[in-house]
Amino acid sequence: MLAFLVQRISQAFLVMFVISVIAFAIQDGLGDPLQQMVGMSVSQEEREALRDELGLNDSVVVQYLRFAGNALQGDLGNSYFYSKPTLEVIAEHLPATLELVIGASLIIVVFSVPIGVYSAIRPQAWLSKFFMGISTVGISIPVFLTAIMLIQLFSIGVTVSAFPEDTGWGQWLNDFFSTEGGLPSYGRGDELTHLFGTWESGFFSESGLMHLVLPSVSLASIMLPLFIRLIRAEMMEVLQSDYIRYARAKGLSAGRINFLHALKNTMLPVITVGGVQIGIMVAYTILTETVFQWPGVGLMFLEAITRSDIPLIVAYLMVVGLIFVITNTLVDLIYGLVNPTVKLTGKKA
Amino acid sequence: MTTATVSRWDRFRESFLWYSFKRDKVAIVSFVVLMLMVLAAVFAPLLAPADPYDLAQINIMNSELPPAGLAGSDPAFPLGTDAQGRDMLSTILYGTQVSLMIGFGAVVLQAALGILFGLLAGYLGGRVDAVLMRIADVQLSFSTLMVAIIVGAVFKASFGNLMFGEIAIYMLIFIIGVSEWPQIARTVRASVLAEKKKEYVDAAKVMGFSTPRIMFRHILPNTLSPIFVIATVQIANAIISEAALSFLGLGMPETQPSLGSLIKSGFDYIQSGSWWITLLPGLVLVVLVLVINLLGDWLRDVMNPRLYKG
Amino acid sequence: MALLEVRDLDVRFAVRGGDLTALRGISFSLDKGERLGLVGESGAGKSVAAFSILNLIAKPGYIAGGQILFEGRDLAAMSERELRKIRGNRIAMIFQDPMMTLNPVLTIGTQMVEAILAHRKISKKEARAIALDRLQKVQIPSPGKRLDQYPHELSGGMRQRVIIAIALLLDPEIIVADEPTTALDVTIQAEIMDLLLDLCEQENVALMLITHDLGVVSQVTQRMLVMYSGRIIEQGPTREIINDAQHPYTQGLINALPQLGEPGARLFQIPGSMPSLKNVPTGCPFHPRCNFATEQCKHSMPDYVRSGNVDVACYEVANLIEQEKHMQEAES
Repeated sequence: MLAFLVQRISQAFLVMFVISVIAFAIQDGLGDPLQQMVGMSVSQEEREALRDELGLNDSVVVQYLRFAGNALQGDLGNSYFYSKPTLEVIAEHLPATLELVIGASLIIVVFSVPIGVYSAIRPQAWLSKFFMGISTVGISIPVFLTAIMLIQLFSIGVTVSAFPEDTGWGQWLNDFFSTEGGLPSYGRGDELTHLFGTWESGFFSESGLMHLVLPSVSLASIMLPLFIRLIRAEMMEVLQSDYIRYARAKGLSAGRINFLHALKNTMLPVITVGGVQIGIMVAYTILTETVFQWPGVGLMFLEAITRSDIPLIVAYLMVVGLIFVITNTLVDLIYGLVNPTVKLTGKKA
Repeated sequence: MTTATVSRWDRFRESFLWYSFKRDKVAIVSFVVLMLMVLAAVFAPLLAPADPYDLAQINIMNSELPPAGLAGSDPAFPLGTDAQGRDMLSTILYGTQVSLMIGFGAVVLQAALGILFGLLAGYLGGRVDAVLMRIADVQLSFSTLMVAIIVGAVFKASFGNLMFGEIAIYMLIFIIGVSEWPQIARTVRASVLAEKKKEYVDAAKVMGFSTPRIMFRHILPNTLSPIFVIATVQIANAIISEAALSFLGLGMPETQPSLGSLIKSGFDYIQSGSWWITLLPGLVLVVLVLVINLLGDWLRDVMNPRLYKG
Repeated sequence: MALLEVRDLDVRFAVRGGDLTALRGISFSLDKGERLGLVGESGAGKSVAAFSILNLIAKPGYIAGGQILFEGRDLAAMSERELRKIRGNRIAMIFQDPMMTLNPVLTIGTQMVEAILAHRKISKKEARAIALDRLQKVQIPSPGKRLDQYPHELSGGMRQRVIIAIALLLDPEIIVADEPTTALDVTIQAEIMDLLLDLCEQENVALMLITHDLGVVSQVTQRMLVMYSGRIIEQGPTREIINDAQHPYTQGLINALPQLGEPGARLFQIPGSMPSLKNVPTGCPFHPRCNFATEQCKHSMPDYVRSGNVDVACYEVANLIEQEKHMQEAES
């Protein structure tokens, strides 16, 4: 157990080190703090003096060590735009993103498991083929396009009048293909509940929840097909295994075989991949938040890019990197705890 | 020469690939649709009614006209016009061309990188393998899109908007190629590991062939079919990545739009009811990606011998 | 009436471009408490025969014809629901590889208790007591501890003991054991086999033992079947077949046994190999490898003839019997 922990955690530190080097390189290469601080009007000598004072003439290694030391103390510099510590800015934006990810994850779990299991147990059923077809189409639609279509359908609304309105069925078809709209498609609404620290939650008001619907459905739309396919593929492989046939030979019911024997073995690899996918979801929050103007870290990051707010970009990279590393390490640990065949020594038994 | 091509064609017609293609309606339809789109994109300058790059042809009075069949449409613009008064059909044709060029170019680049690193990692093993695959792992766990966004952001910040716009096409090919290489590298490495154990490699070694020769002339040809499958799907992914980057403003500028930047520029007008500016290029993008994915699925099924074991 | 009687069983695999026949015209019976051996090379259809008894053939295999009568009821025609009441309860199975048979993520106790509760309306506690009792019967060290362990914490031999314990949980009439020791270390194969035989004898359970090991069959079974390419080519009392095999294939198998040949002599080998399901030869499937093959063997499958207490499907044997009869008639 200890060896496993040490191995995983040292690996995490290594990855964090690489990320910090990249972040430092970006800051060093792009950000000229002098420019931001003093503008163009200062003489060359004064600049040099300031450079010395700020340590910008030190060797790269010394500068990196200073950067890393500050980072470890929670100091990643000040945002040019917000004029306050970057971590503070991120802390203000992070809850919105987390709630979006939580909403999307709920949708993914609730739909992917039953659909994946069903289409693995009955691969030939028309419903399974339908789900598989939908998921292929789903994978092919970029997340921002799903978001735009959802806005058109459920926020703006669609009025269809292509069918003749004077006939009953024409009217019915027009109504059938028309949508009401009305769901909010911009921001989080103004009825947020203060939880603690910088966390303003939208989970506790109707308006907050309504604002969450379209963004989290959009974000889920990109992962849901992947999870359905993954669960289906894993489950089908497990169903081929000897121990499933043996479970049948013992005379167990189909329910117990499918939902205990098979599902438990299916979910183990799904947990690992799922954890990695949570990291990937962060990339897609940038797109989703841009479409819905959702005030999370993704939108903040994109705005930082357009404003060339280098410290904020760097801080975002470090924080997102840290989140990735922590989730991946946690997923490994959880996998080790759930799977009895991993003895937590880092090796599979 | 002619006889050689004829016999190759005959061999292809007798192959399992052709046989299963003929029997798969989805594959045939996807292939036909893809070919039509590729041809339309390649011949966009001939097919398009207007040149969207030519400012002289644009009349702002024509802006936001709906597609044919809707109230207020103009027969000169069958798919309507965008907010600047550009003909949608033309911008979509040119946009598809840009998207396909970037998608194809990015896959060529990532295939080159992926094959090189995959071969090195798989054949040399040891430390080279460990380092390369660790980089690939980290890059994949960060998600290729995230890497592309970061690299794109850095490039944009260092080149400035104007400069970036001019060389955007090459930048995007580079960004997407570099961020997606691990996918192909992993596939190549896995097949190299399997091939390495086979006797012909030992034979080549005994005959004294050099390592690069064994890698590229002996092993590589035997790993081509999985590369082919994954490269197909990667074209679709690259097109999506390009669209995503352009949508975020890190890709093609509006003056030389790809499908993604068309969607982006149209999105601002969706609230005012001009849905076609964003949804028509969106639809083209989805169809393009979908047919490539369907072809990729079909290829994987045909070329993956695992499926025929049971 | 026999406990289990299989009549004319056909099993096929539905694959692209038509069906492949895996078993053809299989008929045999098993009496209460009897020990029956089923031998043949790998690919002869032994495992398919074993799994088809409980209708557990993996897809795309299916039973295409014939009957499997267990206490007079046809298992081949039974609904899944009815079959479930028999599986594990009246007829238990032991699989080949104990490493793959137990579910890796469930404890031994769970996997034993669920097997009992699937057939008996008793409490979990009572079921656990039965499980413990069976683990003691298979002489597993510290049986109480095993119930809470996961399969990977046990050695291969111990796992096979657990599987034998599971087979005995509900006091079945028949145990079908598919190569129960092949996947184990050579050193413990005999140990596990002895255990299985002792317990079957103690509990008066009929055993159908599938194996490629003629040595084991000759030592432990009362009757045996020899399979080749999906057919039974010879069946009868084990001792009679071992001492005086009729079918050229069975003779070849016996001659290939090292302990029965001369010490130091070269091992006999049947030339060629068993045909795959995709290209089974016409007529008698053994004819391409048979020294006695005639034109007739290439065209039609011989019927069974009786020699002593043994049924054999071979034209050569039939001819010999015919000649003997003529000679006897001529003498008398």
